[in-house]
Amino acid sequence: MRPFRYLRATDVSEAVALLAGTPNAAFLGGGTNLVDLMKLDVATPELLVDVRRLTSDRVDELPDGGLRIGAATPNSDLAADPRVRRRYPMLSQALLSGASGQLRNLATAAGNLLQRTRCVYFQDVTTPCNKRRPGTGCPAVEGHHRGLAILGASPACVATHPSDFAVALAALDAVVRTTGPDGERSIPLVDLHRLPGDEPQRDTVLRHGELITAIDVPPLPFARRSRYRKVRDRASYAFALVSVAAALDVRDGVVRDVRIALGAVAHKPWRAHRAEELLRGGPARADRFRAAAEAELAQARPLSGNAFKVPLARNTLTRTLLDLAGESPA
Amino acid sequence: MDVEVTLRVDGTEHRVTVDTRTTLLDALRERLGNTSPKKGCDHGQCGACTILLDGRRVNSCLALAVAHDGAEIVTAAGLAVDGELHPMQRCFIRHDAFQCGYCTPGQIVSAVAMLREAQAGWPSAVTPDNPAGDAADGGPIRLDADEIRERMSGNLCRCAAYPNIVSAIEELARR
Repeated sequence: MRPFRYLRATDVSEAVALLAGTPNAAFLGGGTNLVDLMKLDVATPELLVDVRRLTSDRVDELPDGGLRIGAATPNSDLAADPRVRRRYPMLSQALLSGASGQLRNLATAAGNLLQRTRCVYFQDVTTPCNKRRPGTGCPAVEGHHRGLAILGASPACVATHPSDFAVALAALDAVVRTTGPDGERSIPLVDLHRLPGDEPQRDTVLRHGELITAIDVPPLPFARRSRYRKVRDRASYAFALVSVAAALDVRDGVVRDVRIALGAVAHKPWRAHRAEELLRGGPARADRFRAAAEAELAQARPLSGNAFKVPLARNTLTRTLLDLAGESPA
Repeated sequence: MDVEVTLRVDGTEHRVTVDTRTTLLDALRERLGNTSPKKGCDHGQCGACTILLDGRRVNSCLALAVAHDGAEIVTAAGLAVDGELHPMQRCFIRHDAFQCGYCTPGQIVSAVAMLREAQAGWPSAVTPDNPAGDAADGGPIRLDADEIRERMSGNLCRCAAYPNIVSAIEELARR
């Protein structure tokens, strides 16, 4: 690991200023991803600014019935919070399906959103990677890409975002609150992460020195009936091949409202707007669920080694909606 | 860059100067001579380095010592009090829950913390929804073999002593 300086700021504005004044600096939260990337020489900051004690580490009620998640809230506390479990079961399920008990105790809510892709080429400094070293190329396109993107990728990068939590937040229209060199702003979660385009080195729209201070989850009464379903190579402690976060409001056999996001299929959590539109107002039936999933995935451009993800995503989404509708497959 | 940190380890306070790059695992093993937490993968994947950090199980290989100045740490060695083994340690022996033993300190610390998490009502990925409709009643979670396997998935055992590890933990969970 390269040598670095470590500073603990007294407040958020000092932390932001410290980072803004040092181009090669990074915020340190729980460190579960960053410290690992520093060991691998993938991340080589000369300065770490510890922000773990600067923001709230709790979940608070919002006046509108939503919840505000402090940026430093450990993943484990968040997953166990009774309000999260009752109002947004998919959020708790997403967190619990990720990492291990030990990692969830260290990892923070904001850090979860900012973890980097687990693409093997990104994590191996002996190989080219446009995300790690722009302009060097993407060996994944012709190489090992079984777990990588089928939607929204570019010739420069086919990485996927590894977070489960972010997928559930995308379905819930969560909003990320930040403080940066230019002041405070709110960013819809679905706009936080980027598609790779020709700048795959930028995972998010955050500017250098911009700190996530909280994540707001708006009220969504029908999300009490929601689910996060994760498909992976092992039953536990593995990243997703495909995941689905969905909430469904069915009355009298009709889909009144629905929220869907797909995980592990793109460079960002993939909000399935097209499928949602097709489902709203229609019958809550297996054939309609499957047609909506197929419509969403019509945009898929899989690689030779991950084409299986298209039917896997279709089936996982269909099954999840059926479970939520309380129906048996047709 | 050197920094001075205070760590309370298994009940004893230590003041030690470390490089900012030093993880809690390396501080414990290389600076304080506590070789109870093991270095397996050194990337947070195997769980051999598991310690209790301020009461919670964590991977000590991913925690920088400088970021945890003042922390209270318990290692597997510190679970035994006055030479008396912790009940979890006795269960591991009784069930022959190891072969080479390298992962065992991490397994035991993780299991002790995991029982507390379940007692506090923390769900896992396999905790069923309460049929009464309120999954979040906060009551203790009953640990069957599936729950134990899920909650211990962050501790790998390359000898594959898993069946006996599960039965050792099951015995204590039933008490």
